[in-house]
Amino acid sequence: MNGIFAKRRARLLAMKAIRDNYIPGDQLAACPKCGGESQRKDVAGNLSVCPLCGYHFPIGAYYRLSTILDPGSFRELNEKLPAADPLSFPGYREKQREAQRKTGLTEAAVTATGTVGGRRCVVGVLDSRYMCGSMSAAVGEKITLAIEYAMKNKLPLVLFSASGGARMQEGILSLMQMAKTSAALARFSEKGLLYISVLTDPTTGGVTASFASLGDIILAEPGALIGFAGPRVIQQTIGETLPEGFQRAEYQEEHGFVDAVVPRQELRDTLARLLRLHEKGGRP
Amino acid sequence: MSKRTAAERVALARHPQRPNITDYIDALFTDFFEQKGDRLCREDPAILGGIALYHGRPVTVVGTRKGKTAEESIRCNFGMPGPEGYRKALRLMRQAEKFRRPVFTFIDTSGAYPGLEAEARGQGEAIARNLMEMSRLTVPVLSVITGEGNSGGALALAVADRMLMLENAVYAILSPEGFASILWRDAGRHEEACELMKLTAPDLLAMGVADDVIPEPGGGAHLAPEQTFRELDRALSRHLAPLLKESGPVLAEKRWQKFRKMGASPKEEA
Repeated sequence: MNGIFAKRRARLLAMKAIRDNYIPGDQLAACPKCGGESQRKDVAGNLSVCPLCGYHFPIGAYYRLSTILDPGSFRELNEKLPAADPLSFPGYREKQREAQRKTGLTEAAVTATGTVGGRRCVVGVLDSRYMCGSMSAAVGEKITLAIEYAMKNKLPLVLFSASGGARMQEGILSLMQMAKTSAALARFSEKGLLYISVLTDPTTGGVTASFASLGDIILAEPGALIGFAGPRVIQQTIGETLPEGFQRAEYQEEHGFVDAVVPRQELRDTLARLLRLHEKGGRP
Repeated sequence: MSKRTAAERVALARHPQRPNITDYIDALFTDFFEQKGDRLCREDPAILGGIALYHGRPVTVVGTRKGKTAEESIRCNFGMPGPEGYRKALRLMRQAEKFRRPVFTFIDTSGAYPGLEAEARGQGEAIARNLMEMSRLTVPVLSVITGEGNSGGALALAVADRMLMLENAVYAILSPEGFASILWRDAGRHEEACELMKLTAPDLLAMGVADDVIPEPGGGAHLAPEQTFRELDRALSRHLAPLLKESGPVLAEKRWQKFRKMGASPKEEA
């Protein structure tokens, strides 16, 4: 019986993942970094990485999960947690509906349990296509519930960040999610459990200043923009142009804020290895 | 409490004559000893902190510092801390825990400094670390927003058991100008933003983000500072007393429960 459900889950995730692995353009996909054009199917078949220059296209949450989790192991957590409008902000409901239509998501975070290299863990993913992956009360709540689920079941936690920062339309409650998720991680950490944070393009603002920066291990995808203040704001503040590569994953690695920059093709194996290294005895 | 528009309160919160952290320290505490430096990189004058006596009890005081004169303002970077400031704050709070001193934080900042060096030294990491560690402190933590409390730069000192706000203080994800410029690409619409953001003390009290609002004299705290200090002192004493009776782990657990509820059932908050 388990087999049937596993198959069904695998099919469900595969379907959602196909929709998420969409790269704009007809036959050819243009890379925003090198400008080179590649066959769309070549890009899609390469985990949405430009075959010419290695640029990592942003990817949707379900596709991300399908690239990380063992087939058939995916089980979504709190799938139905609704989007909210705590300040009754003008025009916000419409914006949410538009984002939902565009992405097929209910909010900017998807959380799930599954196995990576045969080891069970909890995985959360922010989706930058949904209102820039910004932190709403629902996103903060989903992440917190995922942390609590991992804590209760003594499972390692992996969070993929991709966020423009706070959700403006939710005001102070968006800010409070930074405190809530960080406090949840403090309790999680006290239990001796592992949290791996993976920073993807872009990770900025309130997400950088909370759970994204609190991993026992912090990984980043090549070229990802990672910072608290965005480059435009910094440029306006200091009135000079920013150095090449500023706030990119490689810069953050050099400045001591990232353990390793890991290409998308190697992420699953790297995570599997890290999970193994945190098991008693580290047996292979 | 007086009726004012949110934009009027923002203007009062930023009033150049409004009392700053040094005024509060002089008025509410005795025997203040300033502690400098994060022990890692440098001293950040945008954060002021140290040990003092509060009604005879040793406490740790930390807060953002806006200057009064032009020279002082520049030295304090207009109250916008860098990562070194937040790391100093964390150092002092850990020390407070070691010596079982309650922590008082005073917040008046337009936000964490968005500069190149601040980024290079991990502004985001410094704020995140403070949020995480403050949530687990086993001594009482009381925070007061005295003027503006903007963004993660304010929150990094505000994971508290009790959050107090002066009547005309404001607390928000970012400045109304920044809000308007991000949402409508027009910083000129900041007054409209003020009303929508729900950033005034009464708004935040209603949302459960603030626990108490300290009345200010008509016209604002700067017109009768002594009266404001008296009101604030009374409120701080009132809030500190029950916290002193709790054990450390219970304090940390209740603080967690308080933040756990924030936006937990978003539907009912509307």
